[in-house]
Amino acid sequence: MPVLELESAGVSVATPAGPDGTGEKVLLHPTYLRLTQQRIGVVGANGSGKSTLARLLNGLVAPTTGRVLVDGLDVARRGAEVRRRVGFCFTDPAAQLVMPTCVEDVELSLRRLERDPARRRERALAVLAEHGLAAQAHQSVHDLSGGQRQLLALAGVLATDPAVVVADEPTTLLDLANSRRVGDLLMGLPQQLVLLTHDLDLAVRCDRVLVVADGRVVADADGPTGVAAYVDAVDRAAHDGHEGPA
Amino acid sequence: MSSPLLVGVHQPGDSWLHRCPTGVKLLGLAAFSLTVVLTRSAAAAPVFLGLALLAAAVGGVRLATLARATRAILVLAVMAAGFQWWIDGPAKAVETLVDLVALALAAITVSATTPVNAMLDTLVRAARPLRVVGVDPERVALTISLAIGALPGTLALALETRDAARARGLGRNPRVYLTPFVVRVVARAHEQGDALAARGLGD
Repeated sequence: MPVLELESAGVSVATPAGPDGTGEKVLLHPTYLRLTQQRIGVVGANGSGKSTLARLLNGLVAPTTGRVLVDGLDVARRGAEVRRRVGFCFTDPAAQLVMPTCVEDVELSLRRLERDPARRRERALAVLAEHGLAAQAHQSVHDLSGGQRQLLALAGVLATDPAVVVADEPTTLLDLANSRRVGDLLMGLPQQLVLLTHDLDLAVRCDRVLVVADGRVVADADGPTGVAAYVDAVDRAAHDGHEGPA
Repeated sequence: MSSPLLVGVHQPGDSWLHRCPTGVKLLGLAAFSLTVVLTRSAAAAPVFLGLALLAAAVGGVRLATLARATRAILVLAVMAAGFQWWIDGPAKAVETLVDLVALALAAITVSATTPVNAMLDTLVRAARPLRVVGVDPERVALTISLAIGALPGTLALALETRDAARARGLGRNPRVYLTPFVVRVVARAHEQGDALAARGLGD
């Protein structure tokens, strides 16, 4: 398994100076993590810093302090090499699919790996067939159902055979059947998986679960324990809310 | 949503035109277009139209696709022809109308028989000499494919935003739907930029 390391990595952004005059918002406080498990779940509220944490892993966000290493490669300095190892799947596949038809979108991923157009087409068709999208190969990506679109986005990511797959809430927009299908696909991957999700049934199946709140990793345990900690924290917050603000 | 923009025009096939190298098709289209524009003869116009239709038939382009391309150019062509009738008389007007339709049909035939990726490969090869002046051909091709891909996505966003404004009973005021539309287009551009970077395109 690849090794993902955060060495005191944190992210903050400049904002218009607030009442305290700092003008800085911390998205992720300096964090130490060493991720070596195969399936790592990340849970937490909207806006808790989950996405920032995920985007650090492939250099979409650069740490403003500390460093992030993927198999010892500094993400900030060797971004291109890191992105070749780390595939990233977004919540909304529509943003990720850029070519008109399914087979062409997968071919776009393969451009760097396969220079010969005929062989590239062959490989792209094989990737689509692997994900049950062979019949849709020449269809417009806009004609696909939501579930098929997410499968295609994943196919595009997996086509380049990355060592790590980071998925940012890949099932949030999907119906039950499709979210199960995408979830099972992700859970069955031979690659290392970092899965951000609100689907706790999926998170429980992970080897390790990180709970993120207010820009900090507040719990870090095996699947069932981590998810229980998250549910507890939410229950407590709701309870305190009913008692009146602290 | 089955707007022509969302469906795309490429039709997979195995005709002679499908197998013809993309560069040859693009050069052919350029030569044909120049000939049509530079030949000032009302008698030649129907010949050009016939050639365009012949090419479409060889490529097996669907009639619906041809009709759509003709309809798209027709408003413009009729306006141009009306203007020419007034300036130069009927012969010139008919020539302009028929020429424009022939050009549209020839263009749609190339688009229908050429996958976008083949077009990109050709562009990359054509742009390769520009590398000496610091142009990255892959990037040129990607930019063009993004521009093509942005059309249906932006249209879908526009329809969604308009529906959202309507649902809240805010249909009349353009500011009410243009503002969120522009914000969403920019947000989509950011997301797409992230997605491209994540796929290692442009590294």
